[in-house]
Amino acid sequence: MATSSDRPIAPLYVRVTHWLNAIAVVIMVLSGLRIYNASPIFDFLVPRELTLGGWLGGALLWHFAFMWLLVVNGLFYLTGNIVTGRLSQKFFPLRPKELLEDVLNTLRGKLSHEDLSHYNTIQKLAYLAIILDVVILVLSGLAIWKPVQFSTLSALMGGFDSARVVHFLSMTFAVFFLVVHIIMVALVPKTLLIMTRGR
Amino acid sequence: MQRKFFSPHAKEIVSDVYRGLDAPARRMFGKKVLSLGAISMLSGCTLSDDDSIEKALMVMSRFNDRFQGWLFDPDKMAPTYSEEMITKPFPFNAYYEEHEIRPSPTNFKLKVSGLVRGKKDWTLLELGSLPQTSQVTRHICVEGWSAVGKWGGVRFSDFLASIEADTTARYVGFRCHDYHTSIDMQTALHAQTLLTLTYADETLPAKYGYPLKLRIPTKLGYKNPKYIQEVFVTNINPGGFWEDQGYNWFGGS
Repeated sequence: MATSSDRPIAPLYVRVTHWLNAIAVVIMVLSGLRIYNASPIFDFLVPRELTLGGWLGGALLWHFAFMWLLVVNGLFYLTGNIVTGRLSQKFFPLRPKELLEDVLNTLRGKLSHEDLSHYNTIQKLAYLAIILDVVILVLSGLAIWKPVQFSTLSALMGGFDSARVVHFLSMTFAVFFLVVHIIMVALVPKTLLIMTRGR
Repeated sequence: MQRKFFSPHAKEIVSDVYRGLDAPARRMFGKKVLSLGAISMLSGCTLSDDDSIEKALMVMSRFNDRFQGWLFDPDKMAPTYSEEMITKPFPFNAYYEEHEIRPSPTNFKLKVSGLVRGKKDWTLLELGSLPQTSQVTRHICVEGWSAVGKWGGVRFSDFLASIEADTTARYVGFRCHDYHTSIDMQTALHAQTLLTLTYADETLPAKYGYPLKLRIPTKLGYKNPKYIQEVFVTNINPGGFWEDQGYNWFGGS
């Protein structure tokens, strides 16, 4: 019989959805940047080498194929987390006082990563933020893709043109999260084991 | 509200950048649909089976056609705008430059073929005698920019009735000057789909598609054919100029 120490810290469905999500996010960002270049909303273009698809039509094919992976996989992850109670166990309670302590500890270089089965408050906040961010990414994407069928959603985003801005900014946040996330994994490599073999 | 995100000259910048950047890209018809720039760079090798990836992506694009057809609500109207919100000047957009616009045809007649009973040709005068309507809607380009314009003409469902088209057929195809496209019958019958004769209450100018443009506010720009010469009704998907190169066939918004 499995003891509690044998039980994986990251359940299998979390690990699978994590890596599928990683694939989806990378492809969505790279193809999205190529789509951005076709009609940039800011005064810069993304270097071609950082884009996927070769031309707008190719990038759109990637984007609209892998959006399904992002959405279906994301819904599976969220449902799993809610149904198993993982969401409330791992991410809550989220106390501002603890957050302040953790931020101060981080600044002193004293934030502990001894017990990886628990998220510290900064982790809780960061993971909840990226989940919310991806939800906004998907919703703003829907508002851009279907401004007529989902006209209310599009209006909520401030109209078609600002939905593009929301989409771009939430993408930027996701990339920022990804960079910090990878740095943290490099600093605490054990987390990579947890996310692959579970322990 | 959305204006504040953009510099006052954003539109000009966008169209300049766009012209400089994509004009050559829009001409690379012979080239591969997919160059896997980023992926091959990351992995340090080129993918040899471009073809199978391309096929898989096209399978997804066909799936997205069906999904959009299912999602399409025939009673859902595209937002309309007041005339003050019309984008001036309305952008010219084609795969060729503005000075390359084809000379306008004289003695124009619209041909009608396929699954229709009334196979007569239509002059602009005859089309003008059908009930006319106009609307101010947002044109959304697949590239991401959008612009509000006013188009007027014949409700396309009225025209299909006039030519006694078989509206149980699946597709309506358009042959245009140097270009063709096709749409699903549901969209063809949508109340806002117009066979336009005017732009901003004037005869449709050459740069916006004289003599005829089909304005479909529920579809992206490349699905709104300009310079229409022939309309045909069919059960075999006729594809399209852009669609055959990889743009999604349904292209709905």
